[in-house]
This record gives sequence, C-alpha cells and structure tokens, in this order.
Amino acid sequence: MTRLLRGTAIPLLLIISWEIFSRTGSLPMDTFSRPSAIVAAGASGLADGSLLTATWQTFEAALTGFAIAAVLGIFFGVVLGLAPRLEAIVGPSIDALRPIPAVALIPLTLLLFGFGLKMEASVIAFACLWPILIVTVVAVRGIEPRLIEVSNALELSFAARMRKIILPAALGRITVGLRVAIGISLVVAVTVEIVLNPRGLGYTMIVAQQQLRSDLMYAQLVWLGLLGWGINALLERAVSRWPGAGVPGSDA
Amino acid sequence: MRRLLGSPALGAAVFAAGLLLAWQVLVDQKLISPVFFPSPSRTLEELWDQVASGRLWDPLAATTLRMFYGFALASLLGVVLGAAIGSSRTAREFLAPLLELMRPLPASAIIPPAILFFGLSAKMATIVIAFGAIWPVLLASVHGFANVERLLQDLCAALRLSRRDYLLKVAFPSAMPDILAGARVSLAIALILAVVTEMQASQPGLGQNILLAQRTYRSPELYAGVVTLGILGFLINRLLLLIERRVLRWQAAQQ
Repeated sequence: MTRLLRGTAIPLLLIISWEIFSRTGSLPMDTFSRPSAIVAAGASGLADGSLLTATWQTFEAALTGFAIAAVLGIFFGVVLGLAPRLEAIVGPSIDALRPIPAVALIPLTLLLFGFGLKMEASVIAFACLWPILIVTVVAVRGIEPRLIEVSNALELSFAARMRKIILPAALGRITVGLRVAIGISLVVAVTVEIVLNPRGLGYTMIVAQQQLRSDLMYAQLVWLGLLGWGINALLERAVSRWPGAGVPGSDA
Repeated sequence: MRRLLGSPALGAAVFAAGLLLAWQVLVDQKLISPVFFPSPSRTLEELWDQVASGRLWDPLAATTLRMFYGFALASLLGVVLGAAIGSSRTAREFLAPLLELMRPLPASAIIPPAILFFGLSAKMATIVIAFGAIWPVLLASVHGFANVERLLQDLCAALRLSRRDYLLKVAFPSAMPDILAGARVSLAIALILAVVTEMQASQPGLGQNILLAQRTYRSPELYAGVVTLGILGFLINRLLLLIERRVLRWQAAQQ
C-alpha cells in the first residue's frame, strides 16, 4: 500500500501543481496547457472519432510493416539458420545494411512511393526486419540437431519439415524477436508521421502543435503513452504464456 | 573455383560484388530507373566528390556532434538516476512508476512539445535525443547498481565506507559492464533521433541533406547520404565496443 502511495505521489503532485500554477497564471497556457483542458481535449477527440481514426492509421502502417518484416525475417532467418555455409556468404552483405538508421530511408521511400501508407510501412518493415531475422537465425541454429536428423530420415518435404519440425521448435524464441519488433513498429510509425507523412497520430500531433492547440497535442501524447503501455503489458502477458519464451538469445 | 568460393570471406565478397554489379547492369541497360535506383557507380562518384570537395565534413560533423550532445546528456542523467534508483529502495519506490509510465512513449512523440518550448533549435534537438536515448542506459544502470555483489556490499558496510565512496569506488565500477552495454544501444538511438530532428526541424546535418536531395530528385546524393549514415552507424557501434573492451579489461583479467 505504501508502495502504491509512494509511486503515485510524484506524478499526482506534479499534475496538481501543474493545474494550480496554470490557473494562477504562472504557467503560460499556450505552451503548458493544463491537465483539465488536456483531459477535455482528449475526451472530445475520442467522442468525435478523430483520435481513433488517427490511431487506426498509425496501427495500420505499424501492422503492415511488421507483417512484411515477420514474413521476410522468418523465411530468410530459417533459410540462413539451416544453411550456415550460405549464411557465411550472404551474411556480410546483410550486415552491411543493418547499421543504416531506418529513418534515413524516409527520404528514399518517399522518392519511391510518395506520401502514404506504402512509404511508412516500408520504413517500418526495414526497422522490424533485423530483430526478427537475427532471432530466427539463432533460434533455428539452436534446434536440437537430432530433430533435424529425424526430419532427414523421414524424408519430409521442405514445407512439411517447416511446419512439423522447425517452426514449432524455434517458435518460442522467434516470438521474443517478434515482440521486440512490434514495439519498434509503433515507434517508427509515429516517427515517420512526425517527420513528414501526413497521416496518423504523429501527424495530428504536429498539426496540433502548429495550430498552438497545446491541449490537443498533450492529449494525443498521453494517449500515445497509454497505447504504448497497454501494448507492452499485453505482449508481456501473451509472450509469458508461450512455451519456451524468454530464453537467452533474445537480446537482439 | 569451388575451393575459392568455399572460403567464407571470399565467397561473401564475391556475393556482395555480384549484387552491386547486377544493380549496375540493370541501370546501365535502363531496366530500372536511375531516378529511383541510381547505379552504384554514380553513388560512389557522388560520395567521392563529396569527400574530395570537402562538402561531406560539415553535415557529418553537425550530425555527429548533435548525436554526441544528446547522448552525453542521456548518459549523465541515466547513470545518476540509475545509481539513485538502483541503490536506494526509497528512490525506487518514488521514481520507478513515473519512469515506467514515460518509457513506452515513442521518443519522437515529444518532438511537438519540445518544439513548442524551444522552437526549431539545436537545444530542442538535444533534449529530444536525450529523452529518447536515456532509457537503455538508465535501465542498465539500475540493473547494475541494484546487483552489486552481496559480498562487496557487506565488505563496504564492514569498512564503514561512506555512501559516496561506496557508490563511486565500488558500485560504479561494478555496474560498468551493464552501463556500457546500455550506452551502446543509447548511442544508436541518439543517431536515429539526430537524423529525425534534422529532418523534422530543419537542423543542418546529414538528415536534412538527404531530405533536400529527395525534394530536388538528386538521387545519387540521397543514396550517398544513406551510405554515409550507415557507415557512421557502423563506426560508432565499433567505437563503443572498443571502449567497452578497453574499460572492462580488468574484468576479463579477473576471471
């Protein structure tokens, strides 16, 4: 109980003094806004659906990019994990791409696709690809060799081998990479929107800032924090129920 | 030939060269558009031109410095806060929930409020970068300071070491491996955010340059910028690994 009290003490104190100082006029309204106004702006944004539309646009891009990265990352991860010789040849070329900050691709994808979902999703896919790919390679390498021998002895087809042996054995670890990637996808989505893509929560925040609607801007910021926090909590629960999750090798 | 290809390093080099060559041929034969995919030789030419004429250094230095300022601020705050939270239960109970609430926020999301407060300025960029880059080093420091070996803690208590001496002489070195590992992640984030603030808030640097190159369809310049950023990202990661190995040499010797 005291723990809960101590944990909430500082945030509560900050919010209350923010409200009080704002009402006495010591905090300028156009930069600080005030908690009650922020809550009101958030409520009206939820009521007229504008907040949810923007949220959906951000999620749409994040999930599209994530899905592309998951398919590519798992496929190439399995292939490279099963063929160490191939990995030795192809690996360095892949490694050369990895240090490129995903945001550096924003102008490039803009050149290719113009504004919109495609450019945003492709930047997200690039950012999400690496944790998934690396974790998958490690996971497939870590599969008990006897399992692979069994699948060789049974002369399973590639598809059957994937479905019956490799994916089930490696999925626990792969989920860890997927979880990291989901977090990245949301962050990159908001970033691309804030930098220049005219859609989603990041864009509405920048617009609110430019219109000096600081109440709306903070409401969206809080909303974004809640979303991130909620998704994190959900993923943590989902992954902890997954058999074999949380094993070493997840620190990609 | 088979044996040559069998040696991994050579095989890797041949593969990479083959990819670039295929790209070059595709562009030369006009199978893909040079506006979107300028040939590797054009990009290389542009890069070389930038190096030779000295046009590369100003934006490169601007981005590197921006990244470094934000990273330095993040590391300083991260280690101090991390030491407080990691070594004191009271501080942990008061501060941890607040930080837990702020952590999932995408770092770039604080750009709009930061612009409101500081305008489109270098200060704004430093603060955004520091906010985004603080988390890995902070969490690592908390972990490091909270997990000082029990035996060492008891020894310090027996020696009646002052709190300051304990933190500086015992806890800090013992948390060093964690801190450095966190700092490496932080530095990568700092570079990303440096580029983001340059693109969003028109601060001079590589980020702004590649965006301008896109707007004027100078695609070789755009690709050259992306390559430069990739090299920069690679180098700073290597540099920190090197520092890590240097600083932690005593530890390797101990084991």
